[in-house]
Amino acid sequence: MLVGFKLNGRKVELDVEPRTTLADSLRGDLGLTGTHIGCEHGVCGMCTVLVNGTTARSCLLFTCQLEGAEVVTIEGMGREDNLHPLQQAFHDHYALQCGFCTPAFVLSAYELLSTHPSLEGVDLPAEMSGIICRCTGYSSILAAIKDFAEAHPEGPPPPANLS
Amino acid sequence: MKPAPFDYVRAFSVDEAVGLLSDGTDSKVIAGGQSLVPLLAMRLARPERVVDINFLQDLPHLHREGGHLVVGALVRQRQVELSNEVSSVPLLSLALPFIGHRELRNRGTVVGSLAHADPSAELPAIAALLRATMFVMGPEGSRELNALDFMVGPFQTRLRQDELITAVSFPVRADGDGYGFEEVSRRRGDFALVGSAAWVHLSQGGVDRAEAALFGVGATPVVVDLTRHLSGFGESDLTTAVLEPSREVAQGLEPLGDQHGSSGYRRRLAEVLLARSLAWAYQDARRSS
Repeated sequence: MLVGFKLNGRKVELDVEPRTTLADSLRGDLGLTGTHIGCEHGVCGMCTVLVNGTTARSCLLFTCQLEGAEVVTIEGMGREDNLHPLQQAFHDHYALQCGFCTPAFVLSAYELLSTHPSLEGVDLPAEMSGIICRCTGYSSILAAIKDFAEAHPEGPPPPANLS
Repeated sequence: MKPAPFDYVRAFSVDEAVGLLSDGTDSKVIAGGQSLVPLLAMRLARPERVVDINFLQDLPHLHREGGHLVVGALVRQRQVELSNEVSSVPLLSLALPFIGHRELRNRGTVVGSLAHADPSAELPAIAALLRATMFVMGPEGSRELNALDFMVGPFQTRLRQDELITAVSFPVRADGDGYGFEEVSRRRGDFALVGSAAWVHLSQGGVDRAEAALFGVGATPVVVDLTRHLSGFGESDLTTAVLEPSREVAQGLEPLGDQHGSSGYRRRLAEVLLARSLAWAYQDARRSS
């Protein structure tokens, strides 16, 4: 069936089988391989994207459900030559090892910092527990997020690479 | 981990959704999909058709109505968690953060969790304890069901195949009410091994309601009434007074064991969490009365 939605600021139209997940559409049909697929049943968090401004597991959404929605993936957050400040914070803190979980951590942290810019009253490890780092590199990831919160009391700027 | 093929239909009104559910096709309703899609992906469910209610325009929003908080079928768990109204139903404030992770609560709905009826889930237990009212629409019209006996088994409810839950309403906190919530899981966001939600009411300093709903210990939430054991106890000795009745309750449970915890371990958890949740509820009630 045909479905139309906005992806990183650009209108896309896809012809999909109803059972196609957003994660598969992003990677297979649209060539955006920054969204990773781990468990495919919502547990590991690798496929996290923003849908209408809030995080969602793209393996638990069917593409056909997205009519009229706005989706932002890691490709929309920034480019190699123009990183989003939050990506820069991850870079500065070496907040990645193999990098498999990094896109999901950036998007999940982006949502948390948007609603709680100062992280006041936030149990950070608990709030970030929805994304698994298989290398267990959590401390530098959490340090990057904390540091970003201190440097940006106004919250994160919008995604930097929307067309 | 790819779902079997299914037909997908969007409904735009409650009547249209009910019409689709009652036309004889094997259909499943999708709202947040945070429980359904894993079942589809693992092919534990293979419906012919998925009816998407996310485009419905005629469902209630999150709102207060007299002494109740009404949660429509499309209200997301995270939306309730972040709302100002959530403090009027303290058990929702206490329990929502335990449901999966933030990314799942963004999509998952309160009503969807009740319809899914997982025996280790938080919301069916809270709804049962508070005697929440479920508003249901079917081909013959609407009816109301009490959450106390809504679940009849694991993933089984009194909802019929052709019915849709349109909303659930929770009673708001009254003077003298106090609540406690305790849960143990292997990791943050995992399904509960065991949990307990407690509700204590104080009147003129004495306990005249002490109930709790245990989950993860049987086929459905287990609601127990300990008022008889706790009425007449004063401030200082209640924390000790809950121990014996909690042990008695736990001994009557037959939780299933699995690789995450034996039956005996879960029974022990039930005892400790029941006692703790009641003690917290009692302290909370003293503050509110």
